Amino acid sequence: MSEPAGVSIESVLVANRGEIARRVIRTARRMGIRAIAVYSEADAGLPYVREADEAVPIGPAPAARSYLDASAVLGAAQRTGAAAIHPGYGFLAESAEFAARVIDAGLTWVGPPPPAIEQMGDKINARNLMERAGVPVAAGSREPVTDVAAAVAEAGRIGYQVMIKAAAGGGGIGMSAAASEAELRAGFETARSRAERFFGSAAILLERRIEPARHVEVQILGLTDSSVVALGDRDCSVQRRHQKVAEETPSPGVTPGLRAQMLAAAVRAGEAVGYRGAGTVECLVDPQAQDFVFLEMNTRIQVEHPITEMVTGIDLVEQQLLIAAGEDVSSALSSVKNEGHAVELRVYAEDPRRFLPSPGVITEWAEPTGPGIRVDAGYAAGNEVTPFYDPLLAKLCVHGASRAEALHRARAAVDAFRIAGPKTNLPFHAELLDSDEFASGSYDTSVVARLRT
Amino acid sequence: MAEVRAEMVANVWQVVASEGDQVADGDTLVILESMKMEIPVLAEGPGTVTKMAVSEGDVIQEGDLIAVIE
Repeated sequence: MSEPAGVSIESVLVANRGEIARRVIRTARRMGIRAIAVYSEADAGLPYVREADEAVPIGPAPAARSYLDASAVLGAAQRTGAAAIHPGYGFLAESAEFAARVIDAGLTWVGPPPPAIEQMGDKINARNLMERAGVPVAAGSREPVTDVAAAVAEAGRIGYQVMIKAAAGGGGIGMSAAASEAELRAGFETARSRAERFFGSAAILLERRIEPARHVEVQILGLTDSSVVALGDRDCSVQRRHQKVAEETPSPGVTPGLRAQMLAAAVRAGEAVGYRGAGTVECLVDPQAQDFVFLEMNTRIQVEHPITEMVTGIDLVEQQLLIAAGEDVSSALSSVKNEGHAVELRVYAEDPRRFLPSPGVITEWAEPTGPGIRVDAGYAAGNEVTPFYDPLLAKLCVHGASRAEALHRARAAVDAFRIAGPKTNLPFHAELLDSDEFASGSYDTSVVARLRT
Repeated sequence: MAEVRAEMVANVWQVVASEGDQVADGDTLVILESMKMEIPVLAEGPGTVTKMAVSEGDVIQEGDLIAVIE
């Protein structure tokens, strides 16, 4: 890790919880920045709360009344004299409105400018912008699809199969597929009401379905001088219910030539929105054709960022804080090389067979240790995993000089990780690592489904 | 006759099948939301939905009846 330059941010409030709050607090404190935590009534006992320099209770367990309550978070920032707010991922991280309120309150927002958040939050607008910037997109809607007749016409133009997505959505939530006009007609109204309920907007986008596909994303940093750098790719194809379960870098399914194209496109994408800070350009790769299309841009740090840190030696949260402070970080990045291979296994509180949530009190917690092993954990023994938040317990991240070494170390680490109380998906990770398909590196987004047939 | 019951505390996010519908093995009956995830509840065999016991927005407990398929 590079020695931080004199950082002008005095303090940062981390508007999040669990493992990401803990991780941001750790880097902030290492940089000499006073770290302020916020917590709901359900999270008072979690490690991040006691590891912060100061912790402020912000409401009862439901996220809408605590972590999503912008006024409560801003109130906590004002009471503690926080100079900056880091939103983590999820919650308010991609709320352009919240970012604007933070800035209007005279605080430093550790994230991209609100217009970039807004532009990328509208998936149709994001696609159009990317297309104009010369970034490939799948055949799809250039305007919101408002009724079933328009949907049918649009699908005729795009060609089946089509994905039906919420234009204001993201993260794989609420998507459905249609293989024919009949299926589209049957599913369209459901998709609209779902989009309205979950994202506050009924606007629908149709996109050509790519199958089989690998989900490969690129980490970018938008620097203070407005330049954008791409740090590397991550393969996130191991998913259940469209949610990522494991990620690795570099993607074993991407040739060097394709990688170079994707990184260059990600830089163009960042430049097209005037990006600042850490962001990720998510793409779908057609493994047979070895081409790619833009899917969405996430205007925040991602859950799986540690694997990029492990191969580059860069602390991405440190970069976020330095960039937010207006520091010039380009010299630290000019000599970035990707070394070795890293994999992240998301440890979820869910049963390993059917992936159904399993909240409860943690009665035992023993992390694996050893060369190349990093565990970002949100919980400890004695904590309660409650149903109010996502089921992520910890991220088991493993680096090796080669993919084989990384996976070998990861397999041993999975056995050594002991969590009792809630069920966990550690046995699933053992199965994944033992599977021929994953070991070969030639897998796609259906790999988990195939392990469960 | 098969009673489809909830396996965890969840919100009923979407009711997909209606009373009177014919369903096949694997058809989605309802979609639950729990811990920020969408969890489909599927029919485990063919039949007719003779009862849909939940509505969108309901909070259900482990063991609560979701539907009856005959």
